[in-house]
Amino acid sequence: MLKLINTILIGLSTGAIYSLMSISLVLVWRSTRVINFAQAGQAVFSTYIAYEVALRTGNFWLALLCAILSGALLGAFIDLFFMRTLFKRVTSGPIRAIAPVVATLGLLGILRSVVGYTWGVEVKSLDAPVSTDGTTIGADVLPFSQYNALVILIVLVVLMILTFIFQRTTLGLSLKASAFSPEIARLSGVRVDLTRTVGWAIAGACGAIAGVLATPTALLSPNSLDILLVFGFAAAVIGGLESMLGAVVGGIILGLGVTFVSNYVGSTLVFFSAFVFLIFILLVKPAGLISGKRRRNA
Amino acid sequence: MPKQVKIRLSLFILLGWALLLLGDRVDELRVYQGASIAVYAIAIGSIVLLTGYSGQISLGHGALMAVGGYVAAVASLEFGIPFWAGFVLAALFSGIFGGILGIAAARLSGPYLAGTTLALAVGLPSLANQFPVLGGEQGLYFDIGMPPKQLGESFTQYKWFFWIASFVALIVFFLLSNLLSSRYGRTWRGIGSNETAIALSGSNPQRLKVLAFALSSALAGLSGALLVMTISTASPSAFPLALSLSVVTGAVIAGVSSLKGVIFGSLILVAIPEVADAISHRIGDTLRISSTLPGLLISILLVFAVLVTPNGPGENLRHLLHKGKSHK
Repeated sequence: MLKLINTILIGLSTGAIYSLMSISLVLVWRSTRVINFAQAGQAVFSTYIAYEVALRTGNFWLALLCAILSGALLGAFIDLFFMRTLFKRVTSGPIRAIAPVVATLGLLGILRSVVGYTWGVEVKSLDAPVSTDGTTIGADVLPFSQYNALVILIVLVVLMILTFIFQRTTLGLSLKASAFSPEIARLSGVRVDLTRTVGWAIAGACGAIAGVLATPTALLSPNSLDILLVFGFAAAVIGGLESMLGAVVGGIILGLGVTFVSNYVGSTLVFFSAFVFLIFILLVKPAGLISGKRRRNA
Repeated sequence: MPKQVKIRLSLFILLGWALLLLGDRVDELRVYQGASIAVYAIAIGSIVLLTGYSGQISLGHGALMAVGGYVAAVASLEFGIPFWAGFVLAALFSGIFGGILGIAAARLSGPYLAGTTLALAVGLPSLANQFPVLGGEQGLYFDIGMPPKQLGESFTQYKWFFWIASFVALIVFFLLSNLLSSRYGRTWRGIGSNETAIALSGSNPQRLKVLAFALSSALAGLSGALLVMTISTASPSAFPLALSLSVVTGAVIAGVSSLKGVIFGSLILVAIPEVADAISHRIGDTLRISSTLPGLLISILLVFAVLVTPNGPGENLRHLLHKGKSHK
């Protein structure tokens, strides 16, 4: 029983991080129709910024804040100077389908090399603000730690802020409008290009938070977040790629599923189980759990 | 035999002869790299077939290569099957596996397929840890044996690899180039650009897509088996995510829409680490530079390829030549 509760809690905490990564991919996909593989690089860059700040000040929260800011700036920068050029140049041929994928893969490689050169390729670690050891309940030790709880809390706060932005502000409305129909949005006076850049910035910030939250219980190296990207992407695909709600649902499902497999079946099967979940859900619903124009929510 | 096929056949025989002569004249390292080039060329060819023709994306071809590699290794270790038959089995098994995967893939559009294959690339090689017969993290030792005595005393192991890999690559590309210029190639091309038109002209796009996926997987499996031959082990670390991505990279640099650039793409994949090595020696060799430079170079090249020559350098060259002609 305790094991079951623990698995669910850890699964939620893992899923929360997947959800954030997934949201950052969905935001970019909705506005730009690009799967942003560079997000792993952006997130790792921001996490290294957090590492640097935490090393100098010892303050996790300041580090997280700096990571969020740098993630947002980097996201906006990539859209402004990279994606716009790409879409002007690549227009036709079979490459059209694969160019955005490949371009962001290239960008991922560049970011990773820059990070590796700046901070070295040795493994670093980032300390959590609260204990990452299990919680003791009576005689039993529950592996679910204070830090896991904190992760869930932070992600909840981020989700509330995002919901507020998308439901209650003009910016959120413009973001939704330009993703839904750029032409009509432009005609009704939305500055679509600018909005898209803001979307990239928000996505970058979400990726940065996901990266920073994932790091204290793992290690930091230039490609340490690649797996997070793969899981985030899988979560986004499960959720249908179009809605942020779907991204969260996908993230939680994947997080729970992966933790169950790791605790009950064997940790070597974790990666393969993600693939199995993905293909199973896509065979039942080829466009993800939450899909279709009628249900396109924020 | 149609005239075009005859010309192609003689061209490939000529190419094979040239490779033979070349293999005798360069040193061990180059011969080994030559074998790697042939291996990558087959893998890139499989991406060209899949993406350039049938319009499907795969970020998981490393996993399919792993299937081929492990099949060849298990066939030789457990059943004592000769290596050449192991290669055939590798292609067969990964083709069947790819066919099953392709049935799922044909239902999925771009990003969903990219996501699924990416998850496959991460997930499948780690399965080796689950089954003892696959040798876990250490992997399986795959030895094709010494080259036959008839080839002489000085005939080295690496040269033997080179011979086998380039021989297989030549056969593959002869068959593939014929296939792609046949009715199938044209229909695949049609699916890539306008699926509805193909359906209306009486072909079944779903079935053709699955066929393309299966064939592409078979080629990937074959190149995986050859890869395992050159490094002598089939292990999860031989098929990392990076392998899947670099095969796609090579295909894009080569120009994904035609087979013509394939050698160029695989040449670059093999040459980049060496070029990076040379550069980092020149500017002072630190671990930082030598470990990040290859990645940086290939990424820059990739971005550059997408931005400047979206249809491959061959296409640009042809444009340039045509322009030159029209000016005259």
